[in-house]
Amino acid sequence: MKFFPQPIAWTSPRAITAIIVLAMLAVLPVIASAFDASYYVSLTTRVLIYALAAIGLNLILGFGGMVSLGHAMYVLLGAYAVAIPASHGITSGFTQLAIAISSTALLAAGVGAVSLRTTGIAFIMITLAFAQMLFFGAVSLKDYGGDDGLTVAARSSFGLFDFSNNVTLYYAAFIAVLVALYLSWRAVLSPFGLVLRGSKANPRRAIALGHPIFQYQLVAYIASAIVCAVAGVLLANLTLFASPSYGAWTVSGELIVIVILGGLGTVFGPVVGAIILLALEEALPTLIEHVLPDYKSNWMLLLGLFIFVVALVLKRGVFGSLKR
Amino acid sequence: MTTQLALSQLLNGLQLGVLLFLLAAGLTLVFGIMSFVNLAHGSLYMLGAYFGAAAFAHTDSFLLALVAAVVGAGLVGLLLDRFALTTLYQRDHLDQVLATFGLILFFNELIRIIWGPSSVFMQVPQALSSTVDIFGFTYPSYRLAIIGAGIAVALGLYLLIQKTRVGMLIRAGATNANMVAALGINIKWLNTLVFALGAALAGLAGVMAGPIVSVQPGMGEPVLILTLVVIIIGGLGSIRGAFLAALIVGVVDTLGRAFMPTIMRTLFERSTADAAGPALASMLIYLFMAVVLAVKPQGLFPASTSVTR
Repeated sequence: MKFFPQPIAWTSPRAITAIIVLAMLAVLPVIASAFDASYYVSLTTRVLIYALAAIGLNLILGFGGMVSLGHAMYVLLGAYAVAIPASHGITSGFTQLAIAISSTALLAAGVGAVSLRTTGIAFIMITLAFAQMLFFGAVSLKDYGGDDGLTVAARSSFGLFDFSNNVTLYYAAFIAVLVALYLSWRAVLSPFGLVLRGSKANPRRAIALGHPIFQYQLVAYIASAIVCAVAGVLLANLTLFASPSYGAWTVSGELIVIVILGGLGTVFGPVVGAIILLALEEALPTLIEHVLPDYKSNWMLLLGLFIFVVALVLKRGVFGSLKR
Repeated sequence: MTTQLALSQLLNGLQLGVLLFLLAAGLTLVFGIMSFVNLAHGSLYMLGAYFGAAAFAHTDSFLLALVAAVVGAGLVGLLLDRFALTTLYQRDHLDQVLATFGLILFFNELIRIIWGPSSVFMQVPQALSSTVDIFGFTYPSYRLAIIGAGIAVALGLYLLIQKTRVGMLIRAGATNANMVAALGINIKWLNTLVFALGAALAGLAGVMAGPIVSVQPGMGEPVLILTLVVIIIGGLGSIRGAFLAALIVGVVDTLGRAFMPTIMRTLFERSTADAAGPALASMLIYLFMAVVLAVKPQGLFPASTSVTR
């Protein structure tokens, strides 16, 4: 089996951008520690985690045409799979990952099987409804903090290493992103990915060709949910906190924004989208403070307008507009 | 005590139901005729509540508050349709979701800038601040008035859509917009009318809910999500479905919250029931929706050819 499923045009704008971005991400902690700016390590870890979740969502949104407005629920599940065992003294990352992945696979299989009976707008809304269900479920977990959420006493440990060091956590998130990128690239170009993309382009024709697209869509849905759950595991480790707000529907919205901002249906787009959106969320308050100090806390106004304009104008996303 | 409690909770459920219907009617009409997903519909509800609260505080007249909310939200809807959303009608649902998601953030923050982050208090109008006796128990007359007003609006909407020329055009537009345009009807004008009508109804729901919920930024989102559940259960584009589903969702949600913990207590141990009861109560309508969709993916009362079916 070839390592690269498709020859890469190394000098194309897309490949160059991806390589530069990844190279910068790879050396960021080193540079940050040289300048004593460890804050940027945590910030960029968050970017990587959002990128990871968006890579998961992109699998079904970008390639399968399934608009899920509920993927934050899997981030929530992943975070609670760290926080709840940790509150009982189980800090083994392997156990937590196993809990996160297995529970997510089960939930996603159920939710996917019901939701995929619908298409279009009904699919958008039923995924939203399921996410709300899990959100309220988490709110009502009175033993585990309920509305307020749950602090994580210790970061996950993996025997040989643990996440207690911020730089270790950063590289874990970075490697998770690399693996997710590679796997989604392979999946998209595989026969499986062809059927998935075919089911987006023309479901009726895909069925007529004899492909049971429901099964393909379900498998893709579960896989994308698991990627989001892993992002949730990392997020709980980063913030040392798990709260129902991780599964708020606005987070699902943000994930969609990231995917579209980067470029729908491009493997690397979600990374670019996450960098842009989180950089914007970071920079807007500071920018406004310089111009209109009284309105520093109202930066969401501009973010809302930005998202609106992106939806209207940016059809192919930032990364998607570059040449292959 | 329990029958009276059950009855008053049933009325509470109906009251939530008619409010949901006011929102769902606009949303489902807009979807039916323009195939447009408007997540910012909840923002129009919020704007209605704020316009109403401001007008009420200034003029002390609830009637003027109603007018301000309906006209204000309708106008915002009209402007949105004309200047912001027209290009989105031809796009796929993903762009629509994204754009209107951005609008939600925008409107929430706009309200926060104008009226501040804390909630605005709105009083129950003087004339309706008392209670009425129904079958031996007392019930706030304001809530009863909401139910009455909601049913009146539903009736009016039915007459508008079934019995008038504009209603006929709306039904025709939902079935085949291109054909209506080919027959010489200005479909853009029709779209604007439907959108503004939906916005006005959302504003009405907002101002009516004003005295009984807290008027604050972001108040539209929980209601929006309930409304989405309503139009999915009712069948997209179906006004009749929206009406029935709104009442079902309102009643199921309210009764679930009121009685689920007690019911659970009779079935399980107290500690289990206390933990699971509230959770199950708040998840009840979503479970209901999942069951409905699993059995009937088109919703309970799908609009097959016409918005009113």
